[in-house]
Amino acid sequence: MSKKRKFYIFLMRSIMIVTTAFTAILVLFLLAYVFIEGIPNITWELLSTKPSYLEERIGILPDILNTVYIVIATLIFLLPLGVGAAIYLTEYARNQRVVTTIEYAAETLSGIPSIIYGLVGMLVFSNNFGTSLLAGALTLVIMNLPTIMRTTQESLKTVPQSYREGAFGLGAGKWRVIRTVVIPGCLDGVITGCILSIGRILGESAALLFTAGFAHALNNFFTGLRSPGATLTVALYVYAKEEGEFEVAFAIAAILMMLTLLINLSATLVGKYFAKRKNI
Amino acid sequence: MSEIITTKDLCLWYGDNQALKNINLAIPEKSITALIGPSGCGKSTFIKTLNRMNDLIPSVKITGEVNYKGRNIFSKDTDVNELRRDIGMVFQKPNPFPMSIYDNVAYGPRTHGITSRVKLNEIVEQALKDAAIWDEVSDRLKKNALSLSGGQQQRLCIARALAVKPEVLLMDEPTSALDPISTSRIEELILQLKEKYTIIIVTHNMQQAVRISDNTAFFLLGDLVEFGKTEKIFSQPKDKRTEDYITGRFG
Ligand SMILES: Nc1ncnc2c1ncn2[C@@H]1O[C@H](COP(=O)(O)OP(=O)(O)OP(=O)(O)O)[C@@H](O)[C@H]1O
Ligand SMILES: [Mg+2]
Repeated sequence: MSKKRKFYIFLMRSIMIVTTAFTAILVLFLLAYVFIEGIPNITWELLSTKPSYLEERIGILPDILNTVYIVIATLIFLLPLGVGAAIYLTEYARNQRVVTTIEYAAETLSGIPSIIYGLVGMLVFSNNFGTSLLAGALTLVIMNLPTIMRTTQESLKTVPQSYREGAFGLGAGKWRVIRTVVIPGCLDGVITGCILSIGRILGESAALLFTAGFAHALNNFFTGLRSPGATLTVALYVYAKEEGEFEVAFAIAAILMMLTLLINLSATLVGKYFAKRKNI
Repeated sequence: MSEIITTKDLCLWYGDNQALKNINLAIPEKSITALIGPSGCGKSTFIKTLNRMNDLIPSVKITGEVNYKGRNIFSKDTDVNELRRDIGMVFQKPNPFPMSIYDNVAYGPRTHGITSRVKLNEIVEQALKDAAIWDEVSDRLKKNALSLSGGQQQRLCIARALAVKPEVLLMDEPTSALDPISTSRIEELILQLKEKYTIIIVTHNMQQAVRISDNTAFFLLGDLVEFGKTEKIFSQPKDKRTEDYITGRFG
């Protein structure tokens, strides 16, 4: 090997190592910074109360509940719609042109910046239901529909045709075949889609600022849906930007970060679990 | 012996490609009919037409008649699900559902409305016994069916088909994916099943056709070339092409 070539290889390797190290350090720095700034500020009082000007106290319980409510409300609409659409497209639709068009539309839809969903959601949903968690949830449904449709469709395609044939061959009707053989086979896709969607819901701010507002009132589920409310991510924005409460903002950031890690972990575990079940 | 299935001028197309050409065939009840012929000649297509499994393929066009017990299965008032209960199917590759052994066998009866636990237990046990696999699985009915060996899986699929109490059993190369020991077990089983069922079996194995079948139909390029008693077909075929095929000159 010539000297020049050796040097070239050495140079490339060094560049790779440096860039990799840089990325790793950046991630670690971000994690460490947020956790160091945030975790000391996570107190029981913060987690279990609502904000009160009289007592000069900030509590994020309403925001936690709002987040839970909006996740539940979104999934209630998202699951049947997304899974139903996926099943229709793969199991019923006969016109391949229509299927590809819808798939293409869904693909495109998932690339649109979320603030545009927020704008449309505000005009369509907030104008009808008021600025409310419900309006926010419906906006999130549209945003996440392509994701859950995709993951469900992908796993529907992995259900072997021979299962369907076996069931039809025993005299099962179409719906029974789908319910007993096809849907159980695509559960992993549905669950993966849910986890990804929950991750996106937790991280969403732009679309929700427009539609769900940023109130911190303590409500039960049904009142909550009809009232405006901030999720954790929106609350983070509000506390940092509008009120300059950086301690609270970092506490929320740390909580969100932990939730994100948890979600990634569960996505991996679910994937592993189903992979194992599929090759017994 | 009366005929349970007859076909009249049966033609089938996949799009523009004709896979069956004017098939006229009468299958006697409680007997074993073997379908033989080179790859791509339409054996699977034919067998799947008999219980309308081809309905699942959008491009398929069919003309002519298939009469099951004297009634055309393509007529409007035929209930496909009932037809498939009466005419069951065992596939080339064992395809148990990814559920327990018990649930696999109970799938058919449940489909047709049987919910009583006692009744289901009875049916499952009888079907597994009829398929000669009861002794091997009776102590692990709750285990996943995919944990069985290939030969066991195929017998389970036969049990699953028997559990709906069909009249006819269609088998598309049921032993081609199996080892010799499993194959001979399934052949024995098929011979026993002849007492109660009409069996139509596709096979590439000439010895198998001779060993188990009463009648043999020879297909070539979508035509039914010859149909008759198995010993006749294999000892003195009428058609030159049949003779060439069974003596291994092509195919
Ligand atoms: N789903 C399908 N779509 C289009 N053409 C098909 C389809 N299935 C079969 N064919 C065609 O129909 C013809 C008959 O096929 P068939 O599977 O019935 O043959 P076969 O006798 O069962 O062959 P083998 O012994 O290989 O199983 C072949 O030319 C095949 O290419
Ligand atoms: Mg075939």
